[in-house]
Amino acid sequence: MNHSGRSLSETIRAVGPLWLTVMSIALLAAAAGIRGLPGVLLVFLVIASAVVVLARYSGRRAPQTTVAHDATGGNLQVLLRMIDRRTAIRMFGMSALFVGPLGTVPKALEILAGQQVPEETQSPFSRIRQWAMIIDLRYCDGCQSVASPPRCTAACVEGHLLPEPMQWIEVFEDELEGEGTRFIPIPCQHCQNPPCVNVCPVGATFSAPEGLVLIDQERCIGCRICMAACPYDRRFFNWGEPPVPPEAHLANYNLEAQVPALKGTVMKCDFCPDMVRAGTLPYCIQACPNQAIYYGDLEEDIATNGRQLVSMAAFSAEHNAFILKEELGTQPRVFYIPGHGEAVGRTPSRTGRLPTVWPWNRIAPGSDLWSR
Amino acid sequence: MESVNDWQARLEDTTLDPARKTTRNYYAFLFFLLAVTGWGMYAYSLQVRRGLVVTGMSDRISWGLYITMFVFFIGISHAGTLISAILRVSHAGWRTPVTRMAEFITAVALVTGAFFVIVDLGRPDRLINVLVFGRWQSPIVWDVLAVTTYLTASVVYLYLPMVPDLAFFRDRLAPWVSRPKHLLYRILAINWRGTSGQKRHLGRAISIMMILIIPIAVSVHTVVSWIFAMTLREAWNSAIFGFFFVAGAIFSGIATLIVVMAILRRVYRLEEYITPKHFLYLGYLMAAMAGVMIYANLSEYITAGFKFEEGTEFLFRQLFIDEFAPYFWFYFIGGLMTPIVFMFIRRLRTIGGIVTAAVFVDMGMWVERYFIVVTGLRAPLLPYEPVNYAPTWVEWSITAGGFAFFALLITLFVKAFPIMAVWEMTEERREEFEEMVEYEHEFDGEDVLASGVPDLAPEPEGGGPP
Repeated sequence: MNHSGRSLSETIRAVGPLWLTVMSIALLAAAAGIRGLPGVLLVFLVIASAVVVLARYSGRRAPQTTVAHDATGGNLQVLLRMIDRRTAIRMFGMSALFVGPLGTVPKALEILAGQQVPEETQSPFSRIRQWAMIIDLRYCDGCQSVASPPRCTAACVEGHLLPEPMQWIEVFEDELEGEGTRFIPIPCQHCQNPPCVNVCPVGATFSAPEGLVLIDQERCIGCRICMAACPYDRRFFNWGEPPVPPEAHLANYNLEAQVPALKGTVMKCDFCPDMVRAGTLPYCIQACPNQAIYYGDLEEDIATNGRQLVSMAAFSAEHNAFILKEELGTQPRVFYIPGHGEAVGRTPSRTGRLPTVWPWNRIAPGSDLWSR
Repeated sequence: MESVNDWQARLEDTTLDPARKTTRNYYAFLFFLLAVTGWGMYAYSLQVRRGLVVTGMSDRISWGLYITMFVFFIGISHAGTLISAILRVSHAGWRTPVTRMAEFITAVALVTGAFFVIVDLGRPDRLINVLVFGRWQSPIVWDVLAVTTYLTASVVYLYLPMVPDLAFFRDRLAPWVSRPKHLLYRILAINWRGTSGQKRHLGRAISIMMILIIPIAVSVHTVVSWIFAMTLREAWNSAIFGFFFVAGAIFSGIATLIVVMAILRRVYRLEEYITPKHFLYLGYLMAAMAGVMIYANLSEYITAGFKFEEGTEFLFRQLFIDEFAPYFWFYFIGGLMTPIVFMFIRRLRTIGGIVTAAVFVDMGMWVERYFIVVTGLRAPLLPYEPVNYAPTWVEWSITAGGFAFFALLITLFVKAFPIMAVWEMTEERREEFEEMVEYEHEFDGEDVLASGVPDLAPEPEGGGPP
C-alpha cells in the first residue's frame, strides 16, 4: 500500500469537499421528498456519477507530494488527483453505510422546520380501542331456523361487494364429540401475533393500532405467502378480474372497506373499522337473526350484539370462552362461547346448512370466475 | 511419450472447436429450444393479461408448479458450489475438466429459478415494492437477498477462473468470430497476459471466492426451505427442513451436472478429458447424497409418525397411500434408491448406468419438490373437504418453457465460452509431467511465489487505458 507520508487527516481533507458535494446533493434529493423509485434512482444516479468523476480524475496512485502543498488552489481536479483509486473505492464503500439513514432526513427536516408531524390515529376518547369479537355458539344454528344461507355471510358479501367465492366470515359445520355437529362462523381472527403480517415481504398486511390486521391491496404483490402462513384459512386471493357487481367500480378504493376488489391481491375480513367509526356494528352482527355475535372493546371491557351490553371479561369467563388453535400462540381477537345452537332450539343431530349465494344480477364486464 | 505441448494443443483445439464450427444439428436444437421458450413466454403473456386465474391454483392450494420450479432450480444451482468450490478447497484434482460446466449450471439455474418467483406473483408489475417497502422480517425478503447474493457470487466465481481462457479465446479466435464478439472477448479478458503478478492476484481472488461461496450457497437453500418452514403448516413444521433442502439441492445438482456432462461429452467429443472416472466419482458422490436424503427422510417421518399427533394421519395417508403415493414412491424408489443400487452393482456402474440414475434422481427430486409444496397446502386447516390441484396447460407450458430456457442458456454458453478450464488443466498436466520427469528434485515453485520477492516488482497495470 502506497500510503507513506499521508495521515488520515490529510486524506479526509482531500476527500472532504467532494464528499460534501455528493452528500449534499443526496440530502437535497431526500429533502425534496423524492421517495419511492424516483428517489432510489436519483440517489443511485448521484452515486454513479460521482464514481465516474472519481474514476476519471483520480490519480492511479497517490502523488509523491503531500496534499497540503497542492491543495491550496482549491481546484476540484487538483484535489481529485490527490486521491488514489484504492482510497476512492474505500470511501465509496464507507459512503454506502450512510445511504440507509437518508430515509429519515425528510422527517427530520420537517421537525426542524417546526412542522408538527401528525400523531398516530387517536380515538375520540383519547384511548386506543382494542376491537374484539365474541361469537356465542349457543345461539348459532347456521340459520337453519330461518331457512336461509347464513345471514352473517350474506350481509358481509353484500356489504363489501365480495367477489364469488369469498366468504370472509364463513360458517363451518364441525363434528361434535359424540354425535352431531355444531355451526361455527369464522371471520379473520385478527391475531395479535399474526403469522400473515410476520411473513409479508412488503408490509402490505399490517397490524393497526386498534389490534386489527388489515391489508393494503394497492401495495400487495400477490406472492400469497400470507395465505400459506394463515392457520385459519381466512385469506382470499383475487385470481382474476374479480366478479363484483359493476357499482363496486364506482367506489374509491379504501383499504378499510376493500372495495373494489383488486385483481392479483389478497383480501380478508377487516372487522369493519369504517362502520364502527361511523357508530354502527359490522354487517355480520347486524344481520345475525339470533344476535350470536358481539363486537366490543377490550380496553373499555364492553361489547354488544346490538341488543344488550356485556362486559367482555365477565361474559367470556362465565361461559368458558375459548379461542381457535390456542396452541399456535397467534393470540386471536375472536372469542367463542361453546355451544351448538341449543339456545335457539337446535339439536346437534340436525345437520346441513344452505350454501352461500352471491346475489349479483350483473357482474362487471370482463370479470373471471373461479372456485375456492 | 506425447509432450505436454502436443497435449495442450489438442486440448486447445477441442475447446476452440465449438466456437469455430456450428453444425446444422446445433441450429436445429437451438430452434427447438427457442420454440419451446417462446411458447412458454406466450403462455406467460396470457397469464399476465388474465391473471393467475388461468392456473389450476386456488385459495386452498395457493402454490403449485411455479414454486416447485423455483425450489427445484435453486436446488440445481448447487451443482457449481459443490463440484467447484468444495472440491477445489479439498484439492481434488479430477474436478478440473468439469468445474466450468458446474459453475455455469449454477448461474443459469439461478436465473431460471428466480424467474419463476416472478411468474408466481399475482402482481408482477409491483415487483419493485420488494425493494421499496421490503421488510427484513419476511422470509421472502431473505430469499431475494440470498438469491441475488448467490447469483452475484456465482457469476463472479464463474468469471474469475474463466479470465485466462477468455484471453486464450481472444488470442486464438480472431479470424473465426465477428468483430463485436472479438471485442467482447477483449473486454472480458481484462488485459490478461498471464504474467506472474496477474496469476498471483487471480489465484488469490479464486481462493477467496471458493471459501465465500460455500456459506452463501448453504444459506440460499436454507432460506428457500424457510419460506415453507416459517409458516404454521404441519407438513412443513420441521427443524430439519433447512438441512434437508440443502442436501436435496446438492443431490439434484450433482445429477444435473452428470446429465449435462454426458451430453456435452458426446456432442463435443470430450471423451479424452471427461473420462469414466468423472462419472464414477460423481456417481459415488450422488449415491452418498442419496444416503443422506434417505436418512433425512427417515428422521422427519419417523419423528412425526411415532407420535402421530392430530393431523399427521391425514398427511401420511395422502403421501404414502392415497393421492400422492405414486409421487412419493417414485421419488423414494426411483430417485433415492436407484443411484445407490446402480453404484453397488458393477454391471450398472457404467457411464450409461450412472447417467440413467442421474436422470431418475432429477425426476425424483422434481417430484419431491412438487409434493412438498402441494401436500403441505392440501391438508385442511378447518372442517372443509380438501381440494385438489391440477396444473393447467398454461402452467405446464411455462414450466416447459423454463426447462427450455435453462437448456437454451447452456447451449448458447457452450457456443460462446470455453467449456473447459484450459489453463488449469494445462497447468496441472505440466505439473504432473514435471513431477514425473524430475521427481528426484525437490520442486518448490510455490514457495518462491509465496515469498516477498514479487512485492518488490512493480505491480502490473490491471485496468484498461486511463
